[in-house]
Amino acid sequence: MRRVYPAISIVGGIALWWVLALIPAFSKVLPTPIAVLQAVPQQLHAGLGTNIGMSLMRVGIGFAIALVLAVPIGFLMGWYRWAQGLLEPWIQFFRTVPPIALIPMVVIIFGIGESAKIFVIWTAAFLTIVISVYQGVKNVDTTLLKAARVLGANDFNLFWDVVIPASFPYILVGVRLGLASAWSTLVAAELIASQHGLGSMIEQAGLYYQVSVIVMGIFIIGIIGFLMDRGVLWMERRLTRWQETLK
Amino acid sequence: MAGDIEIGSQHVIKVENVTKAFATGKGTHVVLDNVNLEINEGDFICVVGPSGCGKTTLLNILGGLERADGGTVLHRGIPVDGPHPSRGVIFQQYALFPWKTVLGNVEFGLKLKGIPKRERTEIALHYLDLVGLTKFKDAYPKELSGGMKQRVAIARAYAVDPEVLLMDEPFGALDAQTRGQLQEELLKTWEKEKKTVFFITHDVEEAVILANRVIMMDTHPGRIKRELRVDLPYPRNQETKLLDNFTQLKNEVWMSVYHH
Ligand SMILES: Nc1ncnc2c1ncn2[C@@H]1O[C@H](COP(=O)(O)OP(=O)(O)OP(=O)(O)O)[C@@H](O)[C@H]1O
Ligand SMILES: [Mg+2]
Repeated sequence: MRRVYPAISIVGGIALWWVLALIPAFSKVLPTPIAVLQAVPQQLHAGLGTNIGMSLMRVGIGFAIALVLAVPIGFLMGWYRWAQGLLEPWIQFFRTVPPIALIPMVVIIFGIGESAKIFVIWTAAFLTIVISVYQGVKNVDTTLLKAARVLGANDFNLFWDVVIPASFPYILVGVRLGLASAWSTLVAAELIASQHGLGSMIEQAGLYYQVSVIVMGIFIIGIIGFLMDRGVLWMERRLTRWQETLK
Repeated sequence: MAGDIEIGSQHVIKVENVTKAFATGKGTHVVLDNVNLEINEGDFICVVGPSGCGKTTLLNILGGLERADGGTVLHRGIPVDGPHPSRGVIFQQYALFPWKTVLGNVEFGLKLKGIPKRERTEIALHYLDLVGLTKFKDAYPKELSGGMKQRVAIARAYAVDPEVLLMDEPFGALDAQTRGQLQEELLKTWEKEKKTVFFITHDVEEAVILANRVIMMDTHPGRIKRELRVDLPYPRNQETKLLDNFTQLKNEVWMSVYHH
């Protein structure tokens, strides 16, 4: 039963789209599903693979640097008052600025090369992950810390044996949200200043009025984002089987 | 540590003039006012008193989890200045590590002591057997009932071989039947392992069935009001509750704590 409604929704949505695309008033701006599918082989010739590869590479690098830095910094902020005091104002401030608003400044500093895009993605992912990790450490049950201390744990044990595992679910939430924000920011960044990538592919298709390519690009971006999210969810379920779940 | 033991003292813990206050919005709130208590080897002390009278605060001070503002707590003559595995604590909310299995939880304190893997598994299994949970050694805490979780916590505390067990309403969250069961198990273990126990409860019946000494506290400010010796013979079990003597003692504690 659970799968029936989503199936109806997807099939119905595509059918509705198809019908709309056949109505003359819409057909100029809305390609049929078939036209979108036909755009795939045609774009494969024109470098779709490179575009996808470039986008994935940028997200991969930006996200990886963000993760490597955000996890220790988030722990630091959660564990030490001084680190929280020093870093939190800036992190909260930049979190309210959409990363895309940074692009003009970033382009001035880094030029329009890869580092500019990677930096913007890094910012988006870093801020998201750092906040999650920090929240995770803050939320560690103090009774568990007490329980460990009375069993003989020193500060080092508390950190490795309690704080890290207890905040692990939050890290994974951070990874998931961070990846999602990295992906959406990347596409936006490529729309503005790029030669290759899915964002720039859409942008250029827009210039030439290739609506089927635009729609195809949107679908590919959505599908990749969805798959990444599912991948992290799957990992999360495997790594935190011990967690109480709401049923 | 053995060298520091005060020869000839049978006090395991000695509480002298302990005072504790917390700062509140309206100034300081005195939670414990000049508390004195001597806990002897093998004592099973139950502490009863109205909510907010400072029972948990006192337990935390004994356990080294909180500091007294005045007075001292001596454990075998040595001032308590932090938590130590020789003073085990059992919490009302079980406080099991949810990411560790039952066995992993019980082994944790042994691992911190540096006991090699094989030996610590052996010890942990022994105590899991004592609380009847050998079959659940590979389960995660989320798969256990409240009573089973508290049994794991008890096994975990026993495994590091503390001299004193501090228990803060350990059975408070359990249903009456499970509570009765765990009381009996705890009594059996206590008779076997000869630990000194300091046990907080709201339940007067529980205090009288378990304790050889019931400490009654009063509030505003929190202090020890009275002590009652329970001279019912051990081993005790649920049938002990049917003795006239038991009912009498129970009423006495009840009147003393909850009536003025
Ligand atoms: N960290 C704290 N900061 C301020 N006040 C506190 C703190 N811990 C305890 N108190 C206060 O100290 C008093 C005693 O608290 P405590 O938890 O020791 O009581 P208790 O006897 O264990 O009560 P209960 O039976 O409800 O568990 C309470 O009035 C409580 O509000
Ligand atoms: Mg309490």
